[in-house]
Amino acid sequence: MTELQAERAGAEVQRVEASRSRYFDLLIALVAFAVLALLPVLFNSKALLDFVIRCSAFGLFATSLNLLVGYTGLTSFGHGMFFGLGAYGFGLTMQRTGVPVPVAFVATLLITTVIATAIGAICVRLKEIYFAFVTLAFQMLIHSTILSWASLTGGDQGLRGGIPRPAFLGIDLSNHVHLYVVSCALLVIGLLLMRQIAQSPFGYTLRMIRDNATRASFIGIDVWRAKLTIFVLAALFASTGGIIMALFVSGAYPEFAYWTISGEGIFINMLGGVTTFLGPMVGTVLLLILNDTVTRLTEYYGIVLGIVILFFAIGLRKGLMDFVVEWYAQRHHDAERG
Amino acid sequence: MLEIRGLSKSFGGVKATDDVTLDFADGSLTAVIGPNGAGKSTFFNLITGALKPDRGKILLNGLDMAGRSPPDIVRHGIGRAFQVASIFPSLTVHQTMLAAVGADQRRASVIHRRFPLAETRDRAEHTMELLGLAGKRRRSAATLSHGDQKLLDIALALVLDPKVLLLDEPTAGMGTEERWRMIDKVRELWEREKITVVFIEHDMDIVFKIAPEIVVLCYGRILATGTPDAIRRNDAVIEAYLGTDHHAEAPV
Repeated sequence: MTELQAERAGAEVQRVEASRSRYFDLLIALVAFAVLALLPVLFNSKALLDFVIRCSAFGLFATSLNLLVGYTGLTSFGHGMFFGLGAYGFGLTMQRTGVPVPVAFVATLLITTVIATAIGAICVRLKEIYFAFVTLAFQMLIHSTILSWASLTGGDQGLRGGIPRPAFLGIDLSNHVHLYVVSCALLVIGLLLMRQIAQSPFGYTLRMIRDNATRASFIGIDVWRAKLTIFVLAALFASTGGIIMALFVSGAYPEFAYWTISGEGIFINMLGGVTTFLGPMVGTVLLLILNDTVTRLTEYYGIVLGIVILFFAIGLRKGLMDFVVEWYAQRHHDAERG
Repeated sequence: MLEIRGLSKSFGGVKATDDVTLDFADGSLTAVIGPNGAGKSTFFNLITGALKPDRGKILLNGLDMAGRSPPDIVRHGIGRAFQVASIFPSLTVHQTMLAAVGADQRRASVIHRRFPLAETRDRAEHTMELLGLAGKRRRSAATLSHGDQKLLDIALALVLDPKVLLLDEPTAGMGTEERWRMIDKVRELWEREKITVVFIEHDMDIVFKIAPEIVVLCYGRILATGTPDAIRRNDAVIEAYLGTDHHAEAPV
């Protein structure tokens, strides 16, 4: 084999490996969706379906936050604003215009894009703690706007009267099972898209920026533009989480845009881990289980949550998935050494 | 050709670079020397866009680079390596090279394909071979030795196919043997790649042995320029920086 042939063969192997990993992700996503879609058939439990719908909303939100925190090194304390924006944007569009659900969905994402671009253009110029606090400030601004613009948003009462959910393409979102399947589909598609971002050349650009932004700019990367792009993309997925939540509760409330939502996002990431793609999803499931069980058992929910945070922050010093992956890698390494 | 014209930069009342005018011919190898605080790193920071000059021009093949952003300057062909190896700790050597080539090919924003892109492979491979890093491709950058991290830093600049390569103390923090290995590598790269190399160095034995041209900076100004012999004989340089150890009569 000539050198040229060998090079071409190498490039071909790389191309095949890349598309194989993409198809592998797609396969996992299809299997996951099939399993989730089977749950209503196997278990006649409305609570279980509610739990999965909430997991879908918060899972998309938390995983999108990890695109900023884990992959880019941008710790946003205000990511929850886009969750709230999604819920209010969708709810208001449906209430005020009466357009079909898919149109309202796209319109909400467009609104999110515009607002996230404006906010991101300011925030991503800042570093570390300044970035964190300015995102928090914008979140408080949006939350205050929701509270004070009562004629549009319903103020502290939230969007009242329910969100109309007219059927489209044979899907009736007022039907609980339909809503469940659509939520699962949005979750799976959202995760697949975020996985693609993380594993793309752009995903590696984000890792370089996280590791060493100065060096990244000295190899020709426009750091500001890359940060703004991921800020807007992450906002879109968070907004989708908010839309699912608005559909689930048939309304939108100021709490969806309050800073505690961002805090929960950070906590979910700490719980599940930021070094693996599915860490935030695992964290979401853990937090919601904790939430549901602890509030049933005791009124001191905050204390229990605090203890759990301390366990992960001081005890493990990493999220659950980070711990599992490291433990597995160590075991594998030890086995190889005999 | 890289031409510096009247380049100046002050920090408060301190003139870190003071009306520097220099030419670096295509394919030349030049050492920049001078005492601590002479403005050597500031000079590099100005050329590469890390700092904006107060005055002056930085002409690369006639195009003024002064005041442009680092990514813009890099794309025009000025690459640099840093005094403290500036790398991406969580990436492997191979990933670092592939991602850098992708950035150079304007593919850093590609979202619809998977990393690594097949078209980045050859150049990444070539540079790893050139710097002797091919055998360590799977190692994460954080776990490399200090010397290999410096090589990776140089590889990051070199993989972008620069016209001018600026090396800020490539041997900083290395033992004697490692320093010579590194500087031999720099010379080998210069000879093989035919690019303009400018490097800052404190070890005068190294400077006098490998650099055909030397620039001496002192208090931000050019104290002298010339061949190693001319610099060794320059009284101002001897007084301000060299002392008698590297005087013309002293053994090299």
